[in-house]
Amino acid sequence: MAMLEVNGINVYYGSIHAIKDISFEVNQGEIVTLIGANGAGKSTTLQTISGLLRSRTGSILFEGKSLGGIPAHKVVSMGIAHVPEGRRIFQQMTVEENIEMGAYTRPAGEYAANLENVFRHFPRLEERRRQIAGTLSGGEQQMLAMGRAMMSAPQLLMLDEPSMGLSPILVDEIFDIIKAFHESGTTILLVEQNANKSLAISDRAYVLENGKITLTGTGKELMQSEEIKKAYLGG
Amino acid sequence: MIVFLSHLINGLSLGSVYAIIALGYTMVYGIAKMLNFAHGDVIMVGGYISYILMFNLGMPWWVALLAAMLVCTLLGVLIEGFAYRPLRAAPSLAVLITAIGVSYLLQNSALLIWKSNPKSYPSIIEGSLMLIKGETASDSLSVTYISLMTVGACVIIMVGLTLFTSNTKMGKAMRACSEDKGAAQLMGINVNKTISVTFAIGSALAAVAGVLMCSSYPTLSPTTGSMPGIKAFTAAVFGGIGSIPGAFLGGLLIGLIESFAKAYVSTQLANTIVFAVLIIVLLIRPAGLLGKYVPEKV
Repeated sequence: MAMLEVNGINVYYGSIHAIKDISFEVNQGEIVTLIGANGAGKSTTLQTISGLLRSRTGSILFEGKSLGGIPAHKVVSMGIAHVPEGRRIFQQMTVEENIEMGAYTRPAGEYAANLENVFRHFPRLEERRRQIAGTLSGGEQQMLAMGRAMMSAPQLLMLDEPSMGLSPILVDEIFDIIKAFHESGTTILLVEQNANKSLAISDRAYVLENGKITLTGTGKELMQSEEIKKAYLGG
Repeated sequence: MIVFLSHLINGLSLGSVYAIIALGYTMVYGIAKMLNFAHGDVIMVGGYISYILMFNLGMPWWVALLAAMLVCTLLGVLIEGFAYRPLRAAPSLAVLITAIGVSYLLQNSALLIWKSNPKSYPSIIEGSLMLIKGETASDSLSVTYISLMTVGACVIIMVGLTLFTSNTKMGKAMRACSEDKGAAQLMGINVNKTISVTFAIGSALAAVAGVLMCSSYPTLSPTTGSMPGIKAFTAAVFGGIGSIPGAFLGGLLIGLIESFAKAYVSTQLANTIVFAVLIIVLLIRPAGLLGKYVPEKV
């Protein structure tokens, strides 16, 4: 049984059919990537899994339990953390308060250990723990969003465009941290436009076009695919 | 000088009532992003509940105050749950109109239950503290105990709310919701529950304001809450809506402006002056005195 099973979901924004009958799965211990152009439905898919949006049909199962009808604030405590597109950190709160919010559903006794873990991956957040989050640089905000999500000690971490707007050096750093999270036992579902980087670290990937899955394979297979090279890897 | 000081004291006392009401307005706005125009009428309900308990049932004032806070808390949570929650995704205009509707519902229900003739509300604490003892009454300066209590309550509430929002888990969750409800949900914060708690706190404060206000300005009628409600809303906007210290500062300033305008300009023009000052401040600082100007995100 896969950790996350998405079966035939259809999601609409009003009358716009954003997700058309998508099915995919993520197994325990994998890094799975959804790649696709802007507007292909990648973020919508993640938001539907985390309960911010609802699918009209189909089902989403996490560890065998249906996520249908479960409100977004309860999905976190089931073991799914979602780092949303654009980071969406709490700009007017301090770095540490943001991190505390990430631990909202966890017992107070776990806080210190989870905090230490986050600071180990992101020493820069520790240096800036009293700083107002809105004053951080883009890269630091991305780190804060990821650190905040890790505070819920998730089994599945969903990352939406973590490399967006970052310099190449920072992109490398972010991908290294994703790998480190993965090595420490977290399953990763990644949404990226940076197909090169994401396919290189992925076990498997799905290609989304106009709300449909058009191609699937291992990260390596897709990197070799002529179609993918042309459309996403710059020739 | 004595006259000036006595108007200053009056202004601070009145301003403290506005500030307590404004804190409720500003918290609800900050978190639910809606103007709860029924907030003023919750004050009136608090006034009636405490009146009945104290003067019809002979309870001590603090029992009446606690009971009024409890009733208003429940009322606030009910209003939010029935009238506003179903409109969470609706355009803000629909919510605004609903709030005005709830305001009229409360006023007319009060009219039905308690009738239109105003009740005379004796102060919960009599007496005053002599500050300057002069030869005649006009040379003396005194401050009523109820004024002291009002100012004291206002300061305690302001400090309490500041500590609550900056130090407690629920307070921080409120700030998270006020910034980004979607992201707050992703953290596991129950946004509906957080908004309910905000209404509960705001409405309990409205009850406190009702008891203190009726004690200082002793007439109670079904429309008692509407003008102070609008003034407190003004105070919240004046100080920067959504900001707790802003509501405190705005409330005190509106009270002082009103008191001095009544004393030195004209009783009839006092309200005009209050709102004229609001307009001028908003022209210069659109986000209010302590508010942050946040551009709409596209």
